[in-house]
Amino acid sequence: MPEVELQIGPQHPALKEPVNFKVVVDGEKIVRIDLDISYNHRGIEKAAEGRDFNKSMYLLERICGICSHAHTTVFSKGIETLMNIEPPPRGKWIRTLVAELERIHSHLLWLGVAGHEIGYNTLFMYTWRDRETVQNILELISGNRVNYGMNAIGGVRRDLSDPMRQKVLEGLRMLAKQADYYLDVVPREETLIVRTRGVGRLSTDQAITLGAVGPTARGSNVPFDVRRDDPYLAYGDIPFDVITSNACDVFGRVEVRVKELIQSIQMCIHMVENLPPGEIAMKPPRTAPAGEYVSRLEAPRGELMYFLRTRGTDKVDRVNVRTPTLANWPSVVAAIQGHVIADIPVVVAAIDPCLSCTSRMTIVDVDRGQRPSMSWDELVEHGIQYYREQEGL
Amino acid sequence: MDVVLMDVVLLVLYLFVFPGILFLLGLAFFSEWWDRKLTARAQNRMGPPFLQPFADFVKLLSKEDITPTGVSGRLYAAIPLFAFAAIATAFLYIPVFGSSSPFGFPGDLVLVLYLLTLPTVLIFLLGWTSNNLFARLGAVRSVSQLFVYEVPFFLAALGPALAYETWAVGDLVAAQSVVWIVLFEPIGFAVLLIALQAKLERVPFDIPEAETEIVAGPTTELTGKKLALWNVSKDMLLATGAALVVALFLGGPTIPFVTLEGVLGAVVAFIVFFLKVLLVLVLLAVLKAALGRLRIDQLVDWGWKVLTPAALIQIGIVLVAKAGGYL
Repeated sequence: MPEVELQIGPQHPALKEPVNFKVVVDGEKIVRIDLDISYNHRGIEKAAEGRDFNKSMYLLERICGICSHAHTTVFSKGIETLMNIEPPPRGKWIRTLVAELERIHSHLLWLGVAGHEIGYNTLFMYTWRDRETVQNILELISGNRVNYGMNAIGGVRRDLSDPMRQKVLEGLRMLAKQADYYLDVVPREETLIVRTRGVGRLSTDQAITLGAVGPTARGSNVPFDVRRDDPYLAYGDIPFDVITSNACDVFGRVEVRVKELIQSIQMCIHMVENLPPGEIAMKPPRTAPAGEYVSRLEAPRGELMYFLRTRGTDKVDRVNVRTPTLANWPSVVAAIQGHVIADIPVVVAAIDPCLSCTSRMTIVDVDRGQRPSMSWDELVEHGIQYYREQEGL
Repeated sequence: MDVVLMDVVLLVLYLFVFPGILFLLGLAFFSEWWDRKLTARAQNRMGPPFLQPFADFVKLLSKEDITPTGVSGRLYAAIPLFAFAAIATAFLYIPVFGSSSPFGFPGDLVLVLYLLTLPTVLIFLLGWTSNNLFARLGAVRSVSQLFVYEVPFFLAALGPALAYETWAVGDLVAAQSVVWIVLFEPIGFAVLLIALQAKLERVPFDIPEAETEIVAGPTTELTGKKLALWNVSKDMLLATGAALVVALFLGGPTIPFVTLEGVLGAVVAFIVFFLKVLLVLVLLAVLKAALGRLRIDQLVDWGWKVLTPAALIQIGIVLVAKAGGYL
């Protein structure tokens, strides 16, 4: 076959969210790949500016359906720092506990999706079955399975009672057994090995240059983890290691995630067993003094970063979200070079893309090197103009 | 005259009712259900209810039938029909309740193998004429795959034929009244099963229709009645393939050292055949549940370096055994 342009997305069975790859292929081989993100601009940053801190929490929690807790944690961490307050220890530990439970659920979900991308549906069914356990635990703690609504400025909203702790521990021990099973099976499963070893190569230097974060970077042997390098919440008091793999391919990313899964379960057990007594929240001041802060943490997919600016009111003046998926896109384009169509799904899935969380609007004038920002009215005007031209009205 | 009329009626019944098209349809739906149920149980799911495959079929029949732009409507509609006809014909030559089929003739094994190759060629035609990039990529993949599995498939089917020096399926079944061929040709049996899995385009060989890569491959544009017919043809291929494996390696509808006669004998023979088909389907389902999908380059590598040599080794063993007078 001659060179053809294959449009993968914005609607495609491999991708559950809108993103578009223009892949130029020669038969099965990939010649070039072009990436188009931002199909789902939701205007959340702008909307957050119009709400006070507490209402913003509900909004920001809905940026992502998987790492919803990470978004409120990073936001509350930033606002608390700007207010110069600190939640009580028990509140911090519960926050950390939910964050790690979320990592467990996210990594289990990912492992299943990765299996599905290479047609290994049995792995998908098994991991998603076990994911129910961690979701039940989260439901027990917070009352919700997706958007937990646990965080508030100054602490958390729900406490863990002793009977609850027993149930959580039971679930976690069951998960620990399952995670050990995955660690045993996954590196030995023949089709999984042939489909991931040597696929999506990303050397350590490349990972650093392209700014990869999270398990993508650690799978390429970059020992970077915000939890250790810039400890926040209770991470300074909980024993854990930064897990890396020197495989530098999709297999490395699988390995890192499976081992992180086991470690997160151990961390959760440690936290539930050693939960400090005391209050879970403090009453925060209503407003935050003027200031700027870059708040960051290690979300399941990597470093999540919020830029926050306050002006002495009860609202943020500006909030800018940089999700880990955005940081990982360049590494996908690099890793996919020289592969075949069959490798696209698994290489893309290997960064655990969360596309709708990533969509931000930036206008770059390449010729003049300018990055102007647009006001709402200008944006509306631009949209109308664009479609007029496109439709020839 | 009456005897001739009886024969004609019997033949028509055989063709259209049992074990012809009507029975084959039933067996096809049953095979799909059995396969899906087994896979689901292996994956810790409930699986579909018994009538689900039939319900899917009826639902598809009622759906809108779309022919893509720039595609010859007649050719496009004829392709699923051809696939259906080819597989339905192939099934007629496989013994279901006696040691041979009434249509059997010396050399019918070759015809069956040929008819079972037709669907793949039709898949290519379907994908290529669909006027869709995903379908074309799938078409190219399915033909690349054809060259990999068809050779070991034929070689593995050749093993029993060589051992008993006959090309008739019925004779092969009759020859297994003492010992099943699988006992002295286990490699050939394994190769045939794996090649059948590849022919059926199931995991780990579902490369031409890899959902996460190329949507639905050649069948991407297929809708409504055509898709219903296509799906049922695939189920029929699954049933026919399993029945062929049973006939070639597991003694078909016979039990070693037991002579089955009369109506009761036929019923028992049919039950034996059915149980053996279930067993083959279990093996295929396990293969499907236990593995992930290979890449086409990996399949080509593995097919020519492992699968075909394995089939050749089996043939070599049979030839040596024959030369030594053990067979």
